[in-house]
Amino acid sequence: MTTPEILPLGPDGILVRFADALSEPANRAALAFRALVDDAAPDGVTETATSLTSALIRFLPNHVRRADLEQVLGDIAEARDWSDAPLPDGRTLWHIPALFEGPDAPDLEAVAREIGRDPDTAIAELTAEPLRVLALGFAPGQPYLGFLPDHWNIPRRTEVTPEVPRGAVVVAVRQVIPFANAAPTGWWQVGRTAFRCHDPAADPPIALKPGDELRFRGVTADDFARLSDAPRGGAEEEAIG
Amino acid sequence: MSLSIQRIGPAVSIQDAGRAGGMGLGLSRGGAADRLAYLAACALAGVPIGSAAIEMAGFGGRFRLEATTRIALAGTPMRATVDGAPVAWNAAHIVEAGSILDIGAAEKGVYGYLLPGGGLDTPEELGGRGFHRIAGLGRALEEGDRLPILPDPAPDAPPMRLPAPSPETGPIRVMPGPQTTLFNDDTRARFEATTFTRSAKANRQGVRLEQEGDPFSAGSQLQRVSDFISEGDIQMTGDGTPYVLLADCQTMGGYPRIGTVLPGDLPRIAQAMPGQTLRFRFVTVEEAEALWISDADTLKRLKKSLMPLVRDPRAMTDLLTYELIGKPLSD
Repeated sequence: MTTPEILPLGPDGILVRFADALSEPANRAALAFRALVDDAAPDGVTETATSLTSALIRFLPNHVRRADLEQVLGDIAEARDWSDAPLPDGRTLWHIPALFEGPDAPDLEAVAREIGRDPDTAIAELTAEPLRVLALGFAPGQPYLGFLPDHWNIPRRTEVTPEVPRGAVVVAVRQVIPFANAAPTGWWQVGRTAFRCHDPAADPPIALKPGDELRFRGVTADDFARLSDAPRGGAEEEAIG
Repeated sequence: MSLSIQRIGPAVSIQDAGRAGGMGLGLSRGGAADRLAYLAACALAGVPIGSAAIEMAGFGGRFRLEATTRIALAGTPMRATVDGAPVAWNAAHIVEAGSILDIGAAEKGVYGYLLPGGGLDTPEELGGRGFHRIAGLGRALEEGDRLPILPDPAPDAPPMRLPAPSPETGPIRVMPGPQTTLFNDDTRARFEATTFTRSAKANRQGVRLEQEGDPFSAGSQLQRVSDFISEGDIQMTGDGTPYVLLADCQTMGGYPRIGTVLPGDLPRIAQAMPGQTLRFRFVTVEEAEALWISDADTLKRLKKSLMPLVRDPRAMTDLLTYELIGKPLSD
């Protein structure tokens, strides 16, 4: 992978972009780069974050000059080959129960047709492997999960659904998102989880971190009804180093 | 100590300096849509940055002060009366317990601010008190709400005012961002040459701009991955319509952005009324860096320009009563 681009994002932000199309190595590189910046803790940096393929570094322009900070970030960027960047330490694998049938899976059959499988196979594939939290975005704690197998590279719907409920499990372009809040979406809803991406009653309220993994487990409608009051919607966590 | 809402406009909410540091969690900063006006309210009230105010878009409401306290009024001027007597905007006032504060329509802009006492004392969530719709935090204020207020830090301080900001008419300054070069030279030149009109479609998330020419399209944008958004970004939607993103913007987005409005000019976008015309001009990253001012420095500057509020004797219907109002009562 080539050296990332270092770009301005607002007068107090620097975007370090590893790719402008989504890829697994670029996501891994962004996570690893942010971890190195956090370790280096350059003077004047107020915030670091990762998106799908970039790291954002926010700074105080009255403490550090952009050019000087860009130099520091450039040195970190050139210190290694990003194509084999390791995942960050201290990650968690989350096992998350979800319902993939009935009114909470309105687009399951259409998705099954899009990927050329039957609905049961589609659910089996959705729950077969852990998916990585590529980034948190749009709403607090809401993960973009990837990647499903290649045949899941299906486009968004042509019509936007006016509203899916909180916990809706939606898919498109090899990714899965459990929605943090009720929201309109162009993605396909194939299920629903009681896990709350932002849970004011839990500590911490936002459980997931970029780099964590998440594996869905299919449950029955009866089990799902019981999970709505369970801590973290019945999610179980497992350390993965 | 509290404030009760007896009547309320459709887009009134609690706002503060926002929740910084949450980009990696999917949480944009939010906070006051006109940050400069919010800081003016903090200066008038003598409260620290982060104190919670009431932000009123277009129209205020009727508020009853349950204890004697100072209130600060800032942002775009709105018609305001205390028990029927007009009070100055961009000023602080002592308001007696039981008084009714009426705040009507904005006259020249969109966002006005009311900061009572030491700020509102509603519970914090994720490090802030503000309503952030797309983040699912808080809600708009409603009739019947009773909001706790922190004690006035200086109840005996003489009421102050700020000079009305001089209107700025030059082009809004825009710095380049990560996607600016997706727009070719001609498109960027046309962007600077175009007179836009602020659409009626606007909220705390963003302001839509209208114009009569061709849409502002970037090169191939369909496969481009979503990436970080900055407050002030000018996003071109699928049909090439510009939206300037404000405090409650999403953290990531896939639409290309031609540049970022400088924080110092963003209040002009937030305060633009429907139909108002707007022009833009690119500045370099270096210019943008030089023009950056911290909130703390802005507050210092505002505090230096505070001046005593001189009352108009004709507005004092009963000078003896007036003197009593001037002495704060205990809660």
